[in-house]
Formats: sequence, C-alpha cells, structure tokens
Amino acid sequence: MKRIKNRDDLEKLRRTIVEGRDPKRTCIAICAGTGCQAYECEKVVEAFTSEIEKQKMKGKTDIRRTGCRGFCQRGPITVVYPEGIFYQRVKSEDAKEIVSETIMNKRIVDRLLYVDPSTGQKFVFEKDVPFYNKQMRILLGHNAYVDATKIEDYIAIDGYSALEKALFEMKPEQVIDVIKQSGLRGRGGAGFPTGDKWEMCRKANGDVKYVICNADEGDPGAYMNRSLLEGNPHSIIEGMIIGAYAIGSNEGYVYVRYEYPLAVKNLTTALGQAREHGFLGKDILGSGFSFDIEIRRGGGAFVCGESTALMASIEGKVGEPRSKYVHTAEKGLWNRPSNLNNVETWANVPLIILKGANWFSNIGTEKSKGTKIFSLVGKINNTGLVEVPMGITLREIIYDIGGGIPDGKKFKAVQTGGPSGGCIPEKLLNLPVDFERLTEVGSMMGSGGMIVMDENTCMVDVAKYFLKFLLEESCGKCTPCREGIKRMLEISDNISSGRGESEDLKLLEELATVVKDFSLCGLGQTASNPVLSTVQYFRDEYEAHLDGKCPAGVCKALIEYFIHEDKCNGCGLCRKNCPENAIIGEPKKPHAIVSEKCIKCGICREICKFEAVAIT
Amino acid sequence: MNETRDKNSETLGIVELGKVDAIINNYGSDKSSLIAILQDAQAEYGYLPQEVMRRVATNLGIPLIQVFGVATFFRAFRLTPKGRFLVRVCLGTACHVRGAPSVLEETERRLKVKAGGTTDDGLFTLETVNCLGCCALGPVAVVGDEYVGQMKATKVAPLIKKYAKKSKG
Repeated sequence: MKRIKNRDDLEKLRRTIVEGRDPKRTCIAICAGTGCQAYECEKVVEAFTSEIEKQKMKGKTDIRRTGCRGFCQRGPITVVYPEGIFYQRVKSEDAKEIVSETIMNKRIVDRLLYVDPSTGQKFVFEKDVPFYNKQMRILLGHNAYVDATKIEDYIAIDGYSALEKALFEMKPEQVIDVIKQSGLRGRGGAGFPTGDKWEMCRKANGDVKYVICNADEGDPGAYMNRSLLEGNPHSIIEGMIIGAYAIGSNEGYVYVRYEYPLAVKNLTTALGQAREHGFLGKDILGSGFSFDIEIRRGGGAFVCGESTALMASIEGKVGEPRSKYVHTAEKGLWNRPSNLNNVETWANVPLIILKGANWFSNIGTEKSKGTKIFSLVGKINNTGLVEVPMGITLREIIYDIGGGIPDGKKFKAVQTGGPSGGCIPEKLLNLPVDFERLTEVGSMMGSGGMIVMDENTCMVDVAKYFLKFLLEESCGKCTPCREGIKRMLEISDNISSGRGESEDLKLLEELATVVKDFSLCGLGQTASNPVLSTVQYFRDEYEAHLDGKCPAGVCKALIEYFIHEDKCNGCGLCRKNCPENAIIGEPKKPHAIVSEKCIKCGICREICKFEAVAIT
Repeated sequence: MNETRDKNSETLGIVELGKVDAIINNYGSDKSSLIAILQDAQAEYGYLPQEVMRRVATNLGIPLIQVFGVATFFRAFRLTPKGRFLVRVCLGTACHVRGAPSVLEETERRLKVKAGGTTDDGLFTLETVNCLGCCALGPVAVVGDEYVGQMKATKVAPLIKKYAKKSKG
C-alpha cells in the first residue's frame, strides 16, 4: 500500500473500496470478540469457511469476523447480511444448515432464532430483537461492519474522514471548540469535560506534549473498552490523532491491560496499517502534522487506571499515583504536558468532528451528552454490552434491554461504577442514568460496569468483596487508603461472621468518611462508596447480620445447611460427594447433615436433584 | 544449600541469560521499557528468576530494588515457576454474585493449594483473576486455554481429573 499523500488520494481510495463492494452481496458476520471466543466461535468461522467452499458458494459469499456484538448471553452471534438475519448460540454443526437453507434457499433456520423468554416471541431480524431496539449504538454499532484487522472496512464506513476534516478544514482551536460544544465528558469514570482538558493541555507550556489512551480497564465486570479496542481499533486511533492535532502533540501512547491479548494484537495490526496508509507518522495526509502512537502493556494493577499512576507505569516505574495539585495537563508523563482520555472517550471524537457538536449534544441529558456503553452483567437474563443514550432509566436498561432477573428471583440492587461505585436499590430504579444522578445517589458512572444483584446476593458480602479487592489493589502509598480499607474490611468481616457489635455501623461510616476525604487518589477517595451505599440503602440487612442472620443466605458463619426430610429420598448423592463426610443416612431413607462437620461448601445443595437441601 | 543455589544460577547464567540480554537489546536498554522487558522475559522463562532480574538491573543500570519493586507491584509478574496447567478462577463481580467463591474454595480443596500456589507434583498452578470479561459465562474458570462457563463446585473435581489424566496420556 502506498502512503496516502493528500485528501484526494484518501477519497479516491475510499471510492475504490466502496465501489468494489456490492451492498447486496451475502455476508456472514460472526462475532469474534473475547466473549464469543470463549464459546469457541473460531470453530464456527472455520465451519462456515469450509461449508461455503463445499456448497460452492465461494466468491459469492463473504465471511466477516467482527468485534463484540454485545449480546454475549446468546453467543456466538452470527448475522447474515444484507437481510440482517440474527442467529444466536450458533455452533459449528449449524454452519451447514445456515449455508444451505438461508444462503442458498433464502429460508430461515427457525431453531437458531432468538426467542424472548418472557413473551415467547421469536425474532428474525437483528433490529427487532428487544435487546437491541432500545439501544443507541453509535459506537458499538460499527463493530458489525468492521473486521478489526482490515483498515478497508473502517475506511468504507467513513473512517478517517473526521481526521481529514480536522486537519484540512479546522484549526486546532476549532477542534477543541467543537469538542467543548458537544459536551463530551470523560468516559473513564469522573466525567471531566474533554474539551476543557484538551484546552488546558494545549495552553500548557512545553514543546513536547503527549496524548495517552487509557485502556487499562480494571473494574471487575466491565469490558466495554476491550470490545471497542478489539472490534474497532481504528476509531480510537483516529480519535487520538485528532486529539493530538488539537493539543499540539506528536507522540501518543495506548496503555492497555495485559489481560487483553486480543486487544493488543488487533491494535498492533491497526497501528501498522495506519502507519502504512499515512494516517500516522510524518506529514499525515500531507497536512504537515506528524504524530505516532506506541503501545504500552499494563502490568495488571487496578490503581494504574488513575492518570498519574498510569503515567508512572509508562515511565517504567511502580504505578503509584501522586498528588495532583499540578495537573497532568501541565506536568504529566516525563513531567511534560500530557492529556489522558479513556478508550470510549477517544472513540466518540471522530463521530463528533464528522457529525458536529449539535448532533452529539442532542443526545443525552442537560449535563451528560451522548451515549454510554455499559456492561450489563450479574443476575440478569441478557448479559452483554449495551450502549444507551444518557438519561435512560436504570429500569429500562435492566428490564427492557436486560430482560430482567433470571429464575423469577426478586431484584435487589444494581451496582455501578466498579469498586468506586455504589449499590442502588429498587426504589431508585427510575433514576435517569447520567453523571450527576448516579453521583447524587452515592454511586458513580465509572467506566460502565453495571452489575445486577438479586435476593440471593448479600449486601454485606458485596461490600466486603469490593473492600477485599481494593485492599489488594491499594498501592499503599497513603495511610487513609492503606489502613482505612483494611480496617473497614475487618469491621465488615466481623459483621458478616456474627461478631459484629451495635456500634460497628457507626464506626464503619465514620471510617469510610475519613478514607473518602483524606486519600491521595481516586482509588481511596471513592473506596468507601460500596460501604456507604450499602449501609445507606440496606441498613436492615446489616442489622440482621448484627442479630446473627444473613437474609440472603450467603455469609457462612450465619447459616446452616439442613436436609428436608420430606423431600429427601435417600439417593445418597450428597453423602457421596460431601468432601467432609458430614452427611449421614441409610440408602433410600432421609439423610441428615452433621452440622459440626459441615464446612458449608454448598456441594450437597448444588448436587441434589430434589431440592431437599436448604439453608436456614 | 548455598552451593546448590550458586550452581543453579551458574547453569542459568550460561544457558539462559542470553535470552534476557537479547530482550533488553530489543528495547535498546531503555529504562522506561522496564515493564515491557520484564513481560517479555517472563514470556520467555515462564516466570522471573532472580538471576534474570539481576541481569535486567545491571544492563539497564538501575538498582535491583527498582526491578524487584516493579516485579512485585504488578499482578502480571510471577517470581516462581508455574505448573504445567494454569487454573484461573474468575473473581470478577459478576462471577462473584453468581457463586465464584464456592468454586474457588472447592478448587483450593481439591488441588490442596491456596490461590497463587502450585501443586506439589508441579501439574497445576491456581490463580484468581479480577475479570476475564466473558461475564455471560460466569462463573468462569479457565484451565490452560479452555474456558469453562457456568462453573459450579461440583464441576471442579471432574475438570481437574480430566487434566491430570491428560498429563499422563
């Protein structure tokens, strides 16, 4: 490929690509995101490739390995275009039938269609599936049309035309103005206005400036950034080049989590292609502007999601944050002005430049514009990635898109914001989701984790879970965070093991406030949210623990396993599988658990086919 | 004891240290590439042997404490060799609320090691991860490259047996 030297060359290339494509041509798009990889989608891709050859459809049908399609619950997802026929849970054995029926004979393979579990309604087309039709997929939607390893796919959907517009039609200050007017705010968690951040960095003194993409997605249960990087890496690259042009930077870094090998691979390929085409390197598209990007793999430390810790890590140092009285826009990486944005923030940039500030600011609420991607996980029917306009209610996300709670269980809470966020109770389900509202109720937007919990989730246990996570991930530099989290964990551990005292809740709240007010960085400043929000909204559950009961039946010290005599037929399965030989009973007669020996591992309950084992 | 250690390090010195030298050279002995160098070294050796860390420190001209600091700060690095099969139990929030703790406990019981440890026969290393990002499968465990979704405590024993058998076959 020859380096593109000017605008005309790029437009010519785009025309050639688009004209070379027949929109009516059949294409089988198979989701190859990490979630579907775990479902062995690669075997599905292989099966389709060989079936197409066998059934002599080669040359008439394309196969596209796409990034994450979001509906992970139903993976591997396979969509047949141009019709958009949506098949779910497709296995390699199904390839033959899809090719012979749908592709050759235009017939639907009924058994692979999605059936809404609540209504029993069957859906043929992707656009009609309820999981999708309340979403607004301005970012994730592109994943369907792009094979991440093919820059042509991105160029065909207007990729790099925002860059072209910025470089040739706008001054850097104008780019910043558009981003400011759009109201775009940081998607990494805190929601700082992106345009303001860029302006600070542009105005900062210094010849060398850096732009950085934070792809160190660390919130457990959140994988939005990974799916963007894996599925459409060029959109992030394009956003970064535009940002660099606006700020006046020639060097960029993507700091990506080491647990994301596919993202690193696809991004490396994409960077190579972008360089080859002249979107990166010297004199980009003949504009005179030069910029290049390097990848830095993270080392797996949650605190490195914090900007100063991340920058220390890029410098090859231990990822400890520093106090930010001097902003990183002035002194960041190697003490030079640096601008850091999250993956999702960067991905929004080309769209805003191309479609205009008004287009973007028309989506969302007064102060939170655009869409947000959430990873909707936990006790929810439709696990997956959802992209919704800001301002949508939690109820709509959980019930209309997420399909509600499995097994007819009762909703208890939804946790947003990862370890920095809080648990939101049922009475607040009509809350519109935006930066301000989530903070007002004691949680936060965070990077987009949304974990749904049901009646069997213990809120004391959840608070303990996050404290344990944070204790491990706290870098230990400042005392309130290092010691405070440890003590909060001790107190909640006491509560969950029946050793709690009535003053504990007050102490816990007091300690949480201290950690919040006096910690050095964002990790500590928000570490109390899981505790404070659960104490605020689920105080009765904490009090029940103080009375020696765990209502959800989770905290081991407060529960006992027993066998319902009337339900047990004495099959002996539990007795044989009990690791402690704690179950006694003669064959065909009701069994019993010796509570002194029982370690409450739950295996008997899991294995019993008659639901005879229960918890008190 | 000391003698054995010296002997080991000497062997490693002759046989293996060339690889880490090459890695360091790849990065032009750039100090800011410390993390990347250690990542590549770990990919090469399977873990970070003491001698390798010493070599990195010497060649980059930085104190050993800085190398050790980085190697112990980040989760990605291990200072002991890993077993033949790596068992990873996901403890992400989604997996947690769906019952990951009981999966981990049962795995620890069956393998007779705590998370982070390696079985005496060197077959299994047990680790926990904060999120694998395939939450729809949760609770998830990964053995080698195999993802096992909807994990339950009762699925642990057969899974381990399968891999133990594999090692013999």
